[in-house]
Amino acid sequence: MKPSLYAALLWLIAGQATAQGFAGLGTEAAGFSIPQSPAIFDFPADHGPHPGYRIEWWYLTASLTGPDGTDYGAQWTLFRSALAPHDAQGWDGSQLWMGHAGLTTPDRHFSAERLARGGIGQAGVTAEPFAAWIDDWAMTSTAPAGADALDALRVTARGDGFAHDLALTTTGPLIFHGQAGYSVKSAQGQASYYYSQPFYSLSGTITLNDGVIPVTGTAWLDREWSSQPLSETQDGWDWVSLQFDDGARLMGFTLRDRAAPSFTAATWIAPDGQSQSYRDGALSMTPLAQSRVAGRDVPTTWRIELPDRALDVTASAINPHSWMDVSVPYWEGPVRVTGTHPGRGYLEMTGYE
Amino acid sequence: MIGTALFTLLSHWRRHPGQFAMLVLGLALATALWSGVQAINAQARAAYATAAATLGQDRLDRLQSPDGRPVPLAEYVALRRAGYLVSPVISGELRAGDARLRLLGIDPLTAPPEANTPTLGDAGLDLTGFFTAPGLLLMTQDTATAALPPDLPPIRVTDTIPPGAALADIGTASRLLGQSDPSYLLVAPVQPAHLPLLATATTLQRVAPEQRADPAQLTDSFHLNLTAFGLLAFAVGLFIVHAAIGLAFEQRRATIRTLRALGLPLRSLLTAFGLELAVLGLVSGLAGLILGYAIAAALMPGVAGTLRGLYGADLPGTLSFDPAWAGAALVMTLAGVAIAAAQAMGRTARLPILATARPEAWGQASARLMRGQAMVAVVLLAASGALALWGGALITGFGAVACLFLGAALLLPVTLTALLRLAQRRARGPLGEWLLADTRQQMPGLSLALMALLLALSANIGVSTMVGSFRATFVGWLDQRLVAELYVTAPTPAEAARLHAYLAPRTDAVLPVVWADATLAGRPGAVYGQADHATFRDHWPLIAALPDAWDRLATGDGVLINEQLARFARLSPGDALTIAPGVSLPILGVYSDYGNPQAQAIVTLDRFAAIHPDIAPTRFALRIAPDRAAGLASILRDDFGLPADAVINQTQIKRFSVDVFDQTFQITGALNLLTLGVAGFALLTGLVTLADMRLAQLAPVWALGITRARLARFEWARSLILAGLTFALALPVGLALAWMLLAVINVQAFGWRLPMQVFPIDAARLLGLALIAATLAAALPALRLARISPSRLLKVFAHEA
Repeated sequence: MKPSLYAALLWLIAGQATAQGFAGLGTEAAGFSIPQSPAIFDFPADHGPHPGYRIEWWYLTASLTGPDGTDYGAQWTLFRSALAPHDAQGWDGSQLWMGHAGLTTPDRHFSAERLARGGIGQAGVTAEPFAAWIDDWAMTSTAPAGADALDALRVTARGDGFAHDLALTTTGPLIFHGQAGYSVKSAQGQASYYYSQPFYSLSGTITLNDGVIPVTGTAWLDREWSSQPLSETQDGWDWVSLQFDDGARLMGFTLRDRAAPSFTAATWIAPDGQSQSYRDGALSMTPLAQSRVAGRDVPTTWRIELPDRALDVTASAINPHSWMDVSVPYWEGPVRVTGTHPGRGYLEMTGYE
Repeated sequence: MIGTALFTLLSHWRRHPGQFAMLVLGLALATALWSGVQAINAQARAAYATAAATLGQDRLDRLQSPDGRPVPLAEYVALRRAGYLVSPVISGELRAGDARLRLLGIDPLTAPPEANTPTLGDAGLDLTGFFTAPGLLLMTQDTATAALPPDLPPIRVTDTIPPGAALADIGTASRLLGQSDPSYLLVAPVQPAHLPLLATATTLQRVAPEQRADPAQLTDSFHLNLTAFGLLAFAVGLFIVHAAIGLAFEQRRATIRTLRALGLPLRSLLTAFGLELAVLGLVSGLAGLILGYAIAAALMPGVAGTLRGLYGADLPGTLSFDPAWAGAALVMTLAGVAIAAAQAMGRTARLPILATARPEAWGQASARLMRGQAMVAVVLLAASGALALWGGALITGFGAVACLFLGAALLLPVTLTALLRLAQRRARGPLGEWLLADTRQQMPGLSLALMALLLALSANIGVSTMVGSFRATFVGWLDQRLVAELYVTAPTPAEAARLHAYLAPRTDAVLPVVWADATLAGRPGAVYGQADHATFRDHWPLIAALPDAWDRLATGDGVLINEQLARFARLSPGDALTIAPGVSLPILGVYSDYGNPQAQAIVTLDRFAAIHPDIAPTRFALRIAPDRAAGLASILRDDFGLPADAVINQTQIKRFSVDVFDQTFQITGALNLLTLGVAGFALLTGLVTLADMRLAQLAPVWALGITRARLARFEWARSLILAGLTFALALPVGLALAWMLLAVINVQAFGWRLPMQVFPIDAARLLGLALIAATLAAALPALRLARISPSRLLKVFAHEA
């Protein structure tokens, strides 16, 4: 079958799990900047876009609870993909934007996608005042003057059959992964700039066809940019962000490799915001059960171990069918955590064919 | 046994290669013209379908400015930011000299899936290249090899783009066209829930696909015309086949009787006959297909030009091959053979085994049969008149033409016989009397061929009268209506205001032309605002009007409408017309508006401004002393920086219009000539068929001392007499046809009626052609008669003895 222009386009900005790595993230980075160590950040400018780098994202996941105690999950993501390492105004803009929104209930999962080009105002990110938007989806800073722009956010999105409108606040610090924000992604040294704001508490509403539901919960924002974060043989990743009942948090991922053992990394975040990064091999993630989702087998129950912290937990999907049915589909949904450190969190799995 | 019978039957053709050629050629010609026309139609329909499906235009609503200007980019972004799923398109035309390219710039990021953005060839597409400067253009191979404007981005060939158009990223189109505002927005069929209705969020006009002019609909009548021509040609071709098969049957009477006497069952004989005809049909059909394809390919550029000129429908100038078309044409040919052979087969079935093998004069029509034919003809002609006068639809118009043709054809033998009988009474000398009597005797055998000639001649007269009348009226109308010396278009309303201020003191009059799309009496159309000026009062012919129509128009108290609208909506002066929501005005007059397929209404500038306060004129008609026009045009181009095609002088428009017109009717001329050729051939076959059978009648005359050369001259004279008489009858039929085309079919198909004009010189030329055709047709039998061996003539008496 010949790809339509539409599909081929999505191939370009997102790619597929092919020899090029998931989402085209393994392709060459000609002309684009490459992350360097040590990472030096400049806020609030670094909350905004970095057109010199090929890809970038503002990635929010939220674990929600309804008035009756029902678990929900919400996702709001804006991806930036640059065709050329510069920006321009008007139709000549070389920045493409892709928004993903998801909403998970115990028995249903909704997803939506928006695409836009930069340069005309339809989508973009500004650092001061902080705002990220695509069409009518927006993530806007509501932080008071003097505070970090990401300390308070309003996040809205709408898709077929769902909407969410969340108000987020935090007093916790930004957390920098890897070597102070320089996050290595493979044994060959591919890396990205990666920091998070994992301490949000939130209140707001979600809207389903049967009505508006008030929710409260916690949220986690990831900021990451790079030009070539995966090695050519890395097909996808399994990523978790967990919030334990004792107030500690864990970020961990496994990059699956066709030609080598998986590459893992983790960041332990103490309730007071102190963090410790772990290099390859410290974390282990083992699939315990598969679910048949969208015609493929996806592990939706994981055993996660970080022996250094005496952590041995099981993360189980609240809804195993949290399939993001977008142009480059993947699994993204809330999990319940049991074991040494009970809590909840979010699981993301890409590159399952 | 069937094999032997078939072989025996086929041996006939080996002994009569000329007859064989006649049969094959007749069938091939019939198939060729019919299938050629079908191929053109199929190609055109496929092109319309591609064009309609481009960007889902057949399914997606559009948002556009009511005045046809681009949608401000900020408005597009505002709609997206409000959550509405709309997608921008920048479209426009690139021109350089004769080269033109329609450019369609899309935003694949927001295009709804229904927009069906085109598939890419196996060559694949460098998507970064598509999105980033200089961009890529997608177009068909045909478009890519045609003359294109210079300095285009790299081209990629793909097959689902309309001809003459290129698809590009909206950024590329924006750069090439110098336009950053979308031309219109595509509206996704399903909008997010919980949003206010789109109509409340924008002042842009939402247009559904069915409200837009559809080339397939507009061009229907054109294709119906082509189909009618194709069918006519096919029918004429079948006359030839009928003659050939009839002749073969007569000549094979002896063989058939022998085969039957030898014990061949009738069923086997008929099967053998059927097989023979099927084989012949297939062979000739295939030959016809090749010929038809060649004809269609030769006519295609003209047709494409016509459709572009008349309807703005883009077609590829080249033909592609479609197996379904070929199959349909072959079936048609075989069906045609079956019809043409039905009579001969029926006679074979009834042939008594022991009847004599002597060929009887074939197809001798009894007086009773003639009378029956004449009666049917009269009924048909009456029906034709009734349909033409009271039909009121395109299809009844064609029905009237069909009845006219059929009635006239059936009446032909009766009339010719009567005329010949009349002439015979006045003939001097026995030879003259014999010549006329013998001609009359031949009538039944030739009547089919003569009918074919009659049809071809009258079609020729009718169509050329129609085209001639149309052209004369059209050119006269252009002269009347295009009176302004210069027509200027400004790129923006601001520029237009500056231009107006500049031009006012330098010209005799600056007449703004302003318009907006509107739905008039339920049809897509346009409302124009027009200044009150002598230019229009003096030169616009009104074909129906209330008293003081122009004065009342000037007060803003009414509208003028074009003839198309008046006819489609059955409106006449005095009726009211709604030209905008809540604005209904009396119709003051109707003007002719040839060449425009859409409804149109004219109001004053003030009235227009009241309805569309946001639309400022950007186009002006300028009155200026003709000798100063060229100077002003170059000033506007050079000093004012207007593009070359934004300043057009009157002569240019007229030349362009007449060119379009002439191209439009090129194909008609070509088909006319081809039909006449086929009819000439039918006459030849008829004469050849008769020649062999008529020895029994000629031998006595020869025996009386008339030389063979003289007999041959008589043959030739007879052919000329018949052709001349047929022409005389074709003349009124042709004029009746022309009237029907002008007063019935044109009105239904295009919405305008034309005064009929007669062109005697054209008719004289056609008479010449008919006589030449008759001469050529008679040449072969006459020559053969002149050289026949006396022993064959003598044999006639020997057989009698």
